[in-house]
Amino acid sequence: MTDKKIRVLIAKPGLDGHDRGAKVIARALRDAGMEVVYTGIRQTPEMIVEAALQEDVDVVGLSILSGAHMALFPRIMDLMRQHGLDDVLVVAGGIIPDEDVPALQAMGVKGVFGPGTSTDTIVRFIREHLS
Amino acid sequence: MFDPEKLKKLQEQKSRWEETTLQQSLADRPERMGQFLTTSGAPVERLYTPLDVASLDYERDLGFPGEYPFTRGIHATMHRGRLWTMRMFAGFGTAEETNARYKYLLDHGETGLSVAFDMPTLYGYDSDAPEALGEFGKCGVAVSSLADMEILFDGIPVDQITTSMTINSPAAVIWAMYIVMAEKRGIPMQVLGGTIQNDILKEFIAQKEFIFPPRPSMRLVVDTFEFGSKYLPRWNTISISGYHIREAGATAVQELAFTLADGFEYVRWGMERGLKVDEFAPRLSFFFNSHNDFFEEIAKFRAARRIWAREMRETFGAQDPRSWRLRFHTQTAGCSLTACQPENNIVRTAWQALAAVLGGTQSLHTNSMDEALALPSEYAVKIALRTQQLIAHESGVTHTVDPLAGSYFVEAMTNRIEQEVYRYFRQIEALGGVIPAIEKGFFQREIAEAAYRYQMEIDTHQRVIVGVNEYIEDEPIRIPLLEMDPHGYERQVARLERLRRERDNERVSSTLAALRQAARGTENTMPYILNCVRAYATLGEIMGVFRQVFGEYREPTII
Repeated sequence: MTDKKIRVLIAKPGLDGHDRGAKVIARALRDAGMEVVYTGIRQTPEMIVEAALQEDVDVVGLSILSGAHMALFPRIMDLMRQHGLDDVLVVAGGIIPDEDVPALQAMGVKGVFGPGTSTDTIVRFIREHLS
Repeated sequence: MFDPEKLKKLQEQKSRWEETTLQQSLADRPERMGQFLTTSGAPVERLYTPLDVASLDYERDLGFPGEYPFTRGIHATMHRGRLWTMRMFAGFGTAEETNARYKYLLDHGETGLSVAFDMPTLYGYDSDAPEALGEFGKCGVAVSSLADMEILFDGIPVDQITTSMTINSPAAVIWAMYIVMAEKRGIPMQVLGGTIQNDILKEFIAQKEFIFPPRPSMRLVVDTFEFGSKYLPRWNTISISGYHIREAGATAVQELAFTLADGFEYVRWGMERGLKVDEFAPRLSFFFNSHNDFFEEIAKFRAARRIWAREMRETFGAQDPRSWRLRFHTQTAGCSLTACQPENNIVRTAWQALAAVLGGTQSLHTNSMDEALALPSEYAVKIALRTQQLIAHESGVTHTVDPLAGSYFVEAMTNRIEQEVYRYFRQIEALGGVIPAIEKGFFQREIAEAAYRYQMEIDTHQRVIVGVNEYIEDEPIRIPLLEMDPHGYERQVARLERLRRERDNERVSSTLAALRQAARGTENTMPYILNCVRAYATLGEIMGVFRQVFGEYREPTII
């Protein structure tokens, strides 16, 4: 029996152009056998949710280093709910202070990965949550 | 440099040593790894001898400091004469908060200013633009108009201190705000010294803060070259930057090759405008990263000077020695900082800074230990500044010029880096030059490849990062982090609204209309931008004119 491939959208909300992490993760997930779509930089919440719908993904990974996550993530999560994407796993990475993590988890961001996280940890996390 | 007969004997001696002493040693004590690699993944040999630099010609390849090809430094006395400028990159929240930080840094002995702008400013948006949602003051200071610039430098003697501004797409506009801020204090632009980063090519390659397509972006850059060469003789109109290329994941060789290729591209554009190379090349400056690998970084800085000098003289026909001299600012590697055990970052930063000093830097920013977590606190930034002062006054490394010259290892590595840089030059040329290579995603792909390789080395433990994949602790972070004024955004928006209400709006419209006209033609836009700024047109309004005329660029998305 072959499992259906996990489909992932890696998205960069907000203005920051620091895309090193997003690209590394995109590639690592692909090397781990997932299908990965990368949005590119400077995506609005609307663009990200639209892409998640269009691509019919199982996972949305948000990468942000600008510090605007507390303004942008609630909008993304709201829009996802409005579009019936409640069952999509949302994870985030970048520069996200520890003190913001509980609030992000409460709004439905299941995993928050800071600098220094190995790509294996993220692969494992996604697999465990989708199994 | 070496007698061929002696080299021959040395080769025999080396073979003998390998067969005897070395063999014995390897049998008793095998080496820790099969291969030793630099941070950039370049192999490092066990031992370097004159055999590795057999073709080195002292006069041709090294020379004397302050003379062509400047390998040993751009000044005859280097840091014996004058220390590098201690220039801490700083900015957060409102202009008031950042102004206070500048005064704090100056009080603690920093010798130059460096402005970090927030994301909306970097993208040419006012703080209250819808695109700026959540971004105000987060990564730097918000400057939406001349009014903010006036507050930012209030009480700071801009006629005596140099200011570097990390601004790219909107560089001409922010520069104009600085010029008019000084003008209103009675300081003529001729005396202003400083730098605008203004390096749009590396934005397309790595940092991604572009707005317009490459060619109109380049036109604005050349407008600043032309204006600066006429009116601001002490201003560096560009800081051609490898820093962000490296931070995006490039190797040392890629950083240097892509940056120098960008530099030559700017020279070509300036000359195509009709400027004489010696009119503007002396005001081109550079900005490099100093990463973890101590000797590789030093070799990179030395190779940079040699290549730039040679190409400027031989390829571009520059005759003024100032056009041959590669002057550079250095920042220690932000991407090498770890969020865990942040105190360790003080040590990393110290040796990265030491490499920059030994590499002959003109100016230096040392990262604060907390920068993988937040913008620096006062506590953290003071230690970072003190690190420079410790190197300057206690380590003794400033007492002599280019002390690592003649090290077989450092010279061999300098040569290797130079050769590999030229290999990239040929590849870029084969793609049709820098801009076609950007449009084809060449640089982006090379960098992404290197970034991935580096991450895999860490994930597989081939590369040890203390605190990240070895010596891990599960301790909470104990250092204080920066807290910003929670009401900064409201105050900024109120200021902007008042400004838009109280200024002469007819004058704003007419200066913007004149700028639009100039942007559509081929005239230099700087005088028009200055007039808009004098009328207190906002950054978003001025950049809006260019957005309309030039359009916005979307990059090819490459993983």
